[in-house]
Amino acid sequence: MRPAWSVVLLTTLLGAGQGLFLALYGADLSDAARGRASLAPVFVAAAAIGSLALAAAGLAASFLHLGRPERAWRSAAMWRTSWLAREVIALPLFMALVALYGVLHWLGQLQAALVAGALAAAVCVALFVCTGMIYACLKFLQEWHSPLTVLNFILLGCASGLTAATALAASLDPALETGYGVAALVALALAAASRAASLMRNAGLRPLSSLQTAIGVKHPHIAQKAQGAMGGSFNTREFFHGAGAARLAGVRWFFAAAAFVAPAALLALGLPSAAFLVQFAGLLAERWHFFAEARHPQNLYYQAIS
Amino acid sequence: MTQLALVIDLNVCVGCHACVTSCKEWNTQGEAGPLSDQNPYGKDPSGTFFNRVQTFEVGQFPDTQTVHFPKSCLHCEDPPCVPVCPTGASHKRAEDGIVLVDYDKCIGCKYCAWACPYGARELDEAQKVMKKCTLCVDRIYDVALAERDRKPACVLACPTSARLFGDIHDPQSEVSIAIREQGGYALMPEWGTHPANHYLPRRRTEARVREEDLQRFDNPLKVDGLLPKPATGEPALDDVTSW
Ligand code: SF4
Ligand code: SF4
Repeated sequence: MRPAWSVVLLTTLLGAGQGLFLALYGADLSDAARGRASLAPVFVAAAAIGSLALAAAGLAASFLHLGRPERAWRSAAMWRTSWLAREVIALPLFMALVALYGVLHWLGQLQAALVAGALAAAVCVALFVCTGMIYACLKFLQEWHSPLTVLNFILLGCASGLTAATALAASLDPALETGYGVAALVALALAAASRAASLMRNAGLRPLSSLQTAIGVKHPHIAQKAQGAMGGSFNTREFFHGAGAARLAGVRWFFAAAAFVAPAALLALGLPSAAFLVQFAGLLAERWHFFAEARHPQNLYYQAIS
Repeated sequence: MTQLALVIDLNVCVGCHACVTSCKEWNTQGEAGPLSDQNPYGKDPSGTFFNRVQTFEVGQFPDTQTVHFPKSCLHCEDPPCVPVCPTGASHKRAEDGIVLVDYDKCIGCKYCAWACPYGARELDEAQKVMKKCTLCVDRIYDVALAERDRKPACVLACPTSARLFGDIHDPQSEVSIAIREQGGYALMPEWGTHPANHYLPRRRTEARVREEDLQRFDNPLKVDGLLPKPATGEPALDDVTSW
């Protein structure tokens, strides 16, 4: 697949925003469990606004992906069958609940905020599942058709959000910084493990479709001589990224370093802001690779121009 | 239940692209608006098509076969492109099984194109909505047309009659009989999409000449021990009568 920058941005920004909210709500919950009200209100406000801003940026990116953005309101209609429609419902709901949580917290309504936060957290997890399932439900994109896809979206989003929370806490509520830092490192380690697992799984995948099943001719030697168009088509533009195996491997090493190793080191050194920025760049590369790695069976029909 | 479909005979298709041009001609002026072209007379021309003819070479020289392979939406009986559509623009009609896109509802998110394993959908670069074969839904029910013209444009245009059109759920239809009796098959059966369109395989057309076709074993003259005249190899009066 050719990675679309709009979708790469949408999924990474959204993941970070969701992770940041879960980090905030986690701290609030443990605070409440230990007997109340030690979170700095300005930290809570900054984290809630940060989470909203990231989600809003993701939402804006999603519009860039549409051919007819003015009709986007139609896209919630088929929520019974389409994970994309479900995501379209979950995202604004998540943003509204985070805003409600932030406002209640700011007004000092801590009990009510906890309830709103619980709802937001539930919708947040649902949103992660929707985003992941958009890709994981396509069974012939074998690289994506795995529970690991959903798990990766969740863990990478949490790692990114916890790093952002560490950075915010460092300046606004230093009491939380160490706890967040440790949680971010744990999330990073888990995300690295599950992403590595999906890379290993995909390296060993055997495509179920072949040119033989594509045209229904049983012969070991089939070569395409014409694809029906000389100047390319939607099929050649949308499904080929044009990067060779070497470049893919390069991106893989880059995101291993930038999304996992470097942020872990920066977090350990107490530089959470730098860690978040480097990690975000790494996650963009990670998402680019996620799309580029998927081999669409339709490509079998577009192997040679003439 | 009706499931309209095309059956394409790869043994007959000569790769002339008449179906491609007639499809484009009919559908670019049809109710759904133009199938836009980009840069049609310049470098790298590109455009929206419902149907493409591809060519494959099977085998290795000198033992090769050329297979011309027309490809359009297969109107899958279990179409993966339909449930993923968030707007409901992509739908499968209950009455005749045609998979259609409502161009007024489509938001151009391209998710359905990702969800079609066959690459049958193309985004119109001018209208920014998803397009694909409609089986000429605006022709086949048009009572203003003569009955014989109520067929998809590609079927009418094909000079070799490589394209058959009909209801594959009716066991007596031309298409069902062709699928049954000539080895009709579906593309990429591994994904469980159950394409309605079928393809008929290439068959080698050979003249098989047996010894007894050249010389009668039961020639009565032989039974009587008489030698037929003129003898084998000698020119006969009309090349037929003696043997
Ligand atoms: S061929 Fe593709 S576009 Fe047509 S019905 Fe099947 S999955 Fe959908
Ligand atoms: S591109 Fe149009 S038809 Fe396809 S899934 Fe999106 S809204 Fe539906």
